[in-house]
Amino acid sequence: MGGREANVVLLDENGIRSDGRKVNETRKVTIKAGVLKNANGSAYIEFGGNKILAGVFGPRDVHPKHMSNPDTGILRVRYHMEPFSVGERKKPAPSRREIEISKVIKEALEPAVMLENFPRTAVDVFLEVLQADGGTRCAALDAASVALADAGIPMRDIVCACAAGKAGDALILDVNNEEDQAGQADMPIGYMPNLGKITLLQLDGVLTPDEYKKCIELGLEGCKQVYEIQKNALREKYFSSSDNN
Amino acid sequence: MNQGQSVFPGDVIATGDYRPEQNVVLDGDRLISTAIGFSEIKDDIVSVIPLTGFYHPSIDDLVIGKIISHNALSWEAYINSYYPGILLASDIFGKDYSASRDDLSLKLNIGDIVLARVANMGSRDPLLTIVGENLGRIDSGELVKISSTTIPYLTDSIIQTIEASTNATLTVGQNGLIVLKCDNSTGLTKATKAIKMIDMMRDNDSIEEKIKKFLDEEN
Repeated sequence: MGGREANVVLLDENGIRSDGRKVNETRKVTIKAGVLKNANGSAYIEFGGNKILAGVFGPRDVHPKHMSNPDTGILRVRYHMEPFSVGERKKPAPSRREIEISKVIKEALEPAVMLENFPRTAVDVFLEVLQADGGTRCAALDAASVALADAGIPMRDIVCACAAGKAGDALILDVNNEEDQAGQADMPIGYMPNLGKITLLQLDGVLTPDEYKKCIELGLEGCKQVYEIQKNALREKYFSSSDNN
Repeated sequence: MNQGQSVFPGDVIATGDYRPEQNVVLDGDRLISTAIGFSEIKDDIVSVIPLTGFYHPSIDDLVIGKIISHNALSWEAYINSYYPGILLASDIFGKDYSASRDDLSLKLNIGDIVLARVANMGSRDPLLTIVGENLGRIDSGELVKISSTTIPYLTDSIIQTIEASTNATLTVGQNGLIVLKCDNSTGLTKATKAIKMIDMMRDNDSIEEKIKKFLDEEN
């Protein structure tokens, strides 16, 4: 971030990015729901070069018991990068970054999941990053949301996520790994499209107030595109033979 | 959005003066689905018939439970829900049950299957009872688990079709657990396959036809 690799051309004179995308274009996103037999709900997402598997268990008994809440259920999220998910082997123990991402994904999902219906229980979300290519927290959040819906956990809305940012002095949608490393700003956004509420907003980099507003607008456009793909994944699993829409 | 349409969490089913029920919440004047399923509007009531999720116990539901543990006062039964079903010892031994005198394992052991009724839903786990006609321990049979959301599609007519074709007897719990009894293993396998097929099918218009066709082909 902040132009660490100044020689990288992130945006050419025609406004085309280093991976051939336009500034307001996301990478190719594919999602498949219900990929794991033993989980209550699951999803697999490919978001550009990111490959992430999400598994949901619960509502179920809380262990250790002292973590249970008699008034509501609790949500536990574990975001984990496989040792082979990045170029150089990643140590499998949870890093500071993984702990932070687990926390922000949990907090991004909590407004959507109706945990108050299940006092004294826990819903566990496991997110395994098989391959990382920048923007894993958004992709993991997208997969987690589909897996929760697949598990039949009551939700107020599906949470969709997409990052926006700034690279080559232009605002861009869906920041890839190269743009994340060498760009000027990265802003992951989590969004509940039907309720119109943002559940995740982070910013790494520097933006002017005007750029900040435009960046959010751009990110929300990306979120809405991902939302349609999330719905299609669930439609494919549940209504493929009798779609009434 | 019209009635009977496929909905996802967050979808607005209706707007205005309606009452939210199963799997629907109110957001201002919008009625929002909280599950994947089919929307239903009857009079002023909006609900969603879910296609996935756990069994939500309701009072008077007939459920099949598998005994998973017991303490001095009660048994705990797995009922395909997020809470275990509790079967009180006094339900079987009577009011004069004494933890020091009576041995719970004489009546029900871990692994036993019971047909029970949900007697009460308090703030704690659902309370089961096996006092009533046809309720109690099921001595033999194969336990098959399907999604509790499939049970409404397993109509009397479909059950009769399966039973007639396979010579199996089906005891269906509203919690998605089914006990199959059959003298021959072929019939048992066929009945299990038919039930699993229903669980996989989302095309609720032609389930019965498809099951009939499958059973005819297998004969």
